[in-house]
Amino acid sequence: MGSITLSNVKKAFGDTVVIPSIDLEVNNGEFVVFVGPSGCGKSTLLRMIAGLEDTSGGTIAIDGQDVTDLSAAKRGLAMVFQSYALYPHMTVRKNIAFPLKMAGLPAVEVDKRVAAAANVLNLNDYLDRRPGQLSGGQRQRVAIGRAIVREPTAFLFDEPLSNLDAALRVNMRLEISELHQTLGTTMIYVTHDQVEAMTMADKIVVLQAGRVEQVGSPLDLYRNPRNKFVAGFIGSPKMNFIDGEEAAKENAATIGIRPEHIELSTESGRWKGTVAVSEHLGSDTFVYVNVDGVGHLTARVEGERPVSHGDTVWLSPVAGRIHRFDAQDMTL
Amino acid sequence: MARAVNNKRRAVVTLIAWAVGIAIFFPILYTVLTSFKTEAEAVASPPSFLFFDWTLENYAEVQERSNYFLHFLNSVVISLGSTVLGLIIAVPAAWSMAFFPKKRTKDILMWMLSTKMLPPVGVLVPIYLLFRDASLLDTRTGLVIVLTMINLPIIVWMIFTYFKEIPGEILEAARMDGANLWDEVVYVLTPMAIPGIASTLLLNIILAWNEAFWTLNLTAAKAAPLTAFIASYSSPEGLFYAKLSAASTMAIAPILILGWFSQKQLVRGLTFGAVK
Repeated sequence: MGSITLSNVKKAFGDTVVIPSIDLEVNNGEFVVFVGPSGCGKSTLLRMIAGLEDTSGGTIAIDGQDVTDLSAAKRGLAMVFQSYALYPHMTVRKNIAFPLKMAGLPAVEVDKRVAAAANVLNLNDYLDRRPGQLSGGQRQRVAIGRAIVREPTAFLFDEPLSNLDAALRVNMRLEISELHQTLGTTMIYVTHDQVEAMTMADKIVVLQAGRVEQVGSPLDLYRNPRNKFVAGFIGSPKMNFIDGEEAAKENAATIGIRPEHIELSTESGRWKGTVAVSEHLGSDTFVYVNVDGVGHLTARVEGERPVSHGDTVWLSPVAGRIHRFDAQDMTL
Repeated sequence: MARAVNNKRRAVVTLIAWAVGIAIFFPILYTVLTSFKTEAEAVASPPSFLFFDWTLENYAEVQERSNYFLHFLNSVVISLGSTVLGLIIAVPAAWSMAFFPKKRTKDILMWMLSTKMLPPVGVLVPIYLLFRDASLLDTRTGLVIVLTMINLPIIVWMIFTYFKEIPGEILEAARMDGANLWDEVVYVLTPMAIPGIASTLLLNIILAWNEAFWTLNLTAAKAAPLTAFIASYSSPEGLFYAKLSAASTMAIAPILILGWFSQKQLVRGLTFGAVK
């Protein structure tokens, strides 16, 4: 089992309140991603669940048991850090075996579990090397190996892919998702990268300034953002926001349209504008357009579109895909 | 052209380095040479440098007149004892200051260092009286205590610097892996800090071995280390340069040999953390 319940959890460093109050339910076996901009308190929240940071109020329960005052070592959780945090003086084998040694398991069982973890993570050839002799991706795999051998109640990941290059990041993302499918253990994953959040999560928790802005499945957040912040944070490229006269026509203070919900035409449309930049990705084309009286808009069109700087284009929102927000930035 | 200037500069720098090296080493060399002279040759003017009648009689006489091995043993016990005791106190202190710094941690570190700026003679009388009342005068225990206190700020500072280099996340990872405080210190922190702890140990042994102010003032015969053994040769009967030199050579030889074999470790330890 691995359900985690946060009730009214607070955190303050001296007079600085980082997390005013958070209630959250993580169900057994779920892959939950905490996402938000830097400094939103997502890592602090994870560290409080881990037991590496004290709470300033509220309770944390794992499988119904209050663990708020329990030390990190006794919570039965495993954590993968951004910096890998491997023990540099130990070989890969000893790194992976360390939690088992701490648990006092017999040597035969330790060897068996280390071998199993090394198999799952393709680390067999590196067991006798030290972390310093491994690449970033291999190190991260060792860190994951060290986490899985203890068969924890839940895994905590603190931006584990931030130090890897783009290609490796995609691979490791897949590996972690597969691992989740195989193990079926609860995972809580912290990232500032909304693409990671969208691709991996069963449930996303969007945080801003220590508050939970919205909790939901990736597509739920994409389709029905609760407010302007979530709408802008989820989705890439970012949602276009238009206020003023155009918003008033829709009876809103601000309207939001995702770049993929804007149709681009070279002949006619709702807004006329000039192309500032066009990015050709092959599969898509991102077109950045300056529209008089509306501002800068981004359109994402499928395939290759032969538009370039200075061209005149027309943009029209797809019917039924306009998000409306009130003056308090809440969705109407 | 540039190469010529560079070569010239290198020659000058090399020359200065050699001059400084010789200036520093010369007194030691001269002491060693004098220890092989007769008393008459030792005070001869002009002094002979290498061409004199080499003799070992000073060493024989020093051995006969005083108990070198007792002083040697005292030095070993005092320097090792004070270093080990210092480390036992300094490791936990440095650990808490490096990994759980509080608002006043820096002030405490500065305050500890400031005690090294106090002239020792300023506290000689109170310490002497305390030692007298506690019956610690002329005891190894007493010297171990006083040398531990004298060198503790340096040990704490050095270990603190090494611990600061160890990323806190590694200790957190150990905690997540189920390690308690003891496991964390024994299996993770200490092995990672071993180079630093080793050089602190070496440096402190050398400092304690060479310490003369407290060892001379708080001992008489029983607990007197090699520093007191040397001093006993600048006695009221007059100066015996050759014998004094022989005693000095015998006193500094062990630590010089230790220093020679551990110089790599020492240099690494002292420059640790200077360059990332």
